[in-house]
Amino acid sequence: MAKELQLMKGNEAIARAMIASGCDGYFGYPITPQSEVMETLMAEKPWETTGMTVLQAESEMASINMVYGGAATGKKVATSSSSPGISLMQEGLTYLAGAEIPCLIVNVMRGGPGLGTIQPSQSDYFQSVKGGGHGDYQLYTLAPASVQEMYDFVFDAWDIAFKYRNPVLILSDGAIGQCMEKLYTRDFTPRWTEEERRKNAPWGTWGKPATRGHNIITSLELDSAKQEIFNHKLQAKYAEMKEKEVRYEMLNCEDADYIIVAYGSSSRIAMKAMQMAREKGIKVGLFRLITLFPFPTKQLNELSKKVKGMLCVEMSAGQMIEDVRIATECNIPVEHFGRFGGIIPTPGEVLEALENKIVK
Amino acid sequence: MANDIVKPENLVYSRTKVLTDATMHYCPGCGHGTTHRIVAEVIEELGIQGTTVGVAPVGCSVLAYNYFDVDFQEAAHGRAPALATAIKRLNPDLNVFTYQGDGDLAAIGTAETVHAANRGENITMVFVNNGIYGMTGGQMAPTTLVGMKSATTPYGRCVERNGYPLRITEMLATLPGTYYVTRQSVHTPAAVRKAKAAIKQAFLNQQNKKGLSFVEIVSNCNSGWKMTPVQANKWMEENMFPNYPIGDIKVDGKIAEGIDINRLVVDHPLSVVNK
Repeated sequence: MAKELQLMKGNEAIARAMIASGCDGYFGYPITPQSEVMETLMAEKPWETTGMTVLQAESEMASINMVYGGAATGKKVATSSSSPGISLMQEGLTYLAGAEIPCLIVNVMRGGPGLGTIQPSQSDYFQSVKGGGHGDYQLYTLAPASVQEMYDFVFDAWDIAFKYRNPVLILSDGAIGQCMEKLYTRDFTPRWTEEERRKNAPWGTWGKPATRGHNIITSLELDSAKQEIFNHKLQAKYAEMKEKEVRYEMLNCEDADYIIVAYGSSSRIAMKAMQMAREKGIKVGLFRLITLFPFPTKQLNELSKKVKGMLCVEMSAGQMIEDVRIATECNIPVEHFGRFGGIIPTPGEVLEALENKIVK
Repeated sequence: MANDIVKPENLVYSRTKVLTDATMHYCPGCGHGTTHRIVAEVIEELGIQGTTVGVAPVGCSVLAYNYFDVDFQEAAHGRAPALATAIKRLNPDLNVFTYQGDGDLAAIGTAETVHAANRGENITMVFVNNGIYGMTGGQMAPTTLVGMKSATTPYGRCVERNGYPLRITEMLATLPGTYYVTRQSVHTPAAVRKAKAAIKQAFLNQQNKKGLSFVEIVSNCNSGWKMTPVQANKWMEENMFPNYPIGDIKVDGKIAEGIDINRLVVDHPLSVVNK
């Protein structure tokens, strides 16, 4: 299938991108608002075309551990869920990070805490970029703001995951997952051949030939001195990601007096608020984060030396703002505006917050 | 002198090459070492060292991956059957086995165990049941016997407080996804030979794509039980075996001859440990 214009839901885009990007296996468990990911995969029957395996697991704990088992053989393996299910996966995520297993996890966020609501939210920022599970680890975290990015980021995820031997998280939300938009699909990337798998994942547990020792996938090291050395190695990897893999988008920031900082659905709303502000003569720019980890600390710091204030817009009680404040080092006022519990703010509300909290 | 003796024609036994040179950390008298050996011997005899992937649990055998010279994954506590499910589904040509203890397989990992069995995953599961959490210092396990003392049942397991010992092996035998379910032990040479044959059958079933094969090894924990190895084996025969009877439970997808699954699952009386 060549590059083709289609109309589809964000969740469906995730599923179709998995098939098209040469994913070997998907393991999931139903949860609103992302169930269309597995439903699309089951309807598409990729096992008959690309050979991709799709399995409905008995729980999110099982599905993330199936990701562990499958991905540790050096194959491209993914799962998806929504906030409460992602909470159940935290054990698996820290083991995946600790065992340095490349894989893809998609979180289509809904409101919390607890069972919360099935409506969109962005209140899993802390969980995504501050650990979530135990121990010092990071997930490379991409925040799509459109159905097109839901699709494209799946392709990008495999590159990063295998380059760094690290799990990649696509942090989306119920609005992007459920909305229908146009998107350009890509040519199919075939699944890796056996030779490619062995070349791309020499560390994988794909059966020990006589030519090498046995490969072990583990996150256990009982010798503390060795575990500290391993922790340093992980930190060096995360530092390299911070250096090389930060992604963001700046709109109208050149002449801006004020900046809205946002990601995902909020950045779409913020874009409209920015236009409305400009129509009123307020010079507003939008800094859209694409990677939440690594965080664009340097870029926001530089920007903070040129503008008068920043408004963080996030569908949460204020999580990302902590990192924006650290990045901007109190150079300027930085405030938060958010609706949460499944409520999506309007552009008017964002503009009002900008005028009341920042422009004044 | 020694070199004169070790000639091929004099060699009656040697360690299988599927075990590494690493010194095992298991307590003297523990059944894990023997169970490891027979699993490794089966892998060598079947000529599948290069196509076998094992999954280690959390518990005493957490470091199993250091002892088997095959590719190995270390699972989170209880999740080995989930890992094995994906390893096998994505790599149908690999021979996949899990190696778990009773706390891992029958408590924290119950869901993964039951559902892997119910899906009929084409894998081999080795389950070592010694009725106790050995690694963490001898706490009550799901398989701890009624009246049996442990670090968290210092006055003996009490049904009112702790419920009944879980016979998960009989439970799994009732599921259509299991093809071969057996319970063995490794405390005598004869038992070791039978257990090895069972493990070999379990791997052969996988090669023949028959579905899930499950081998329970009723074992001891002389450290956790606070006995000498000899005492522990005797105690195991007198107390563990009546509750966990040795022998095949399901063969070729059918409940084994002489086994009344209703008796095992529902009515089999639970004996209280000897004081």
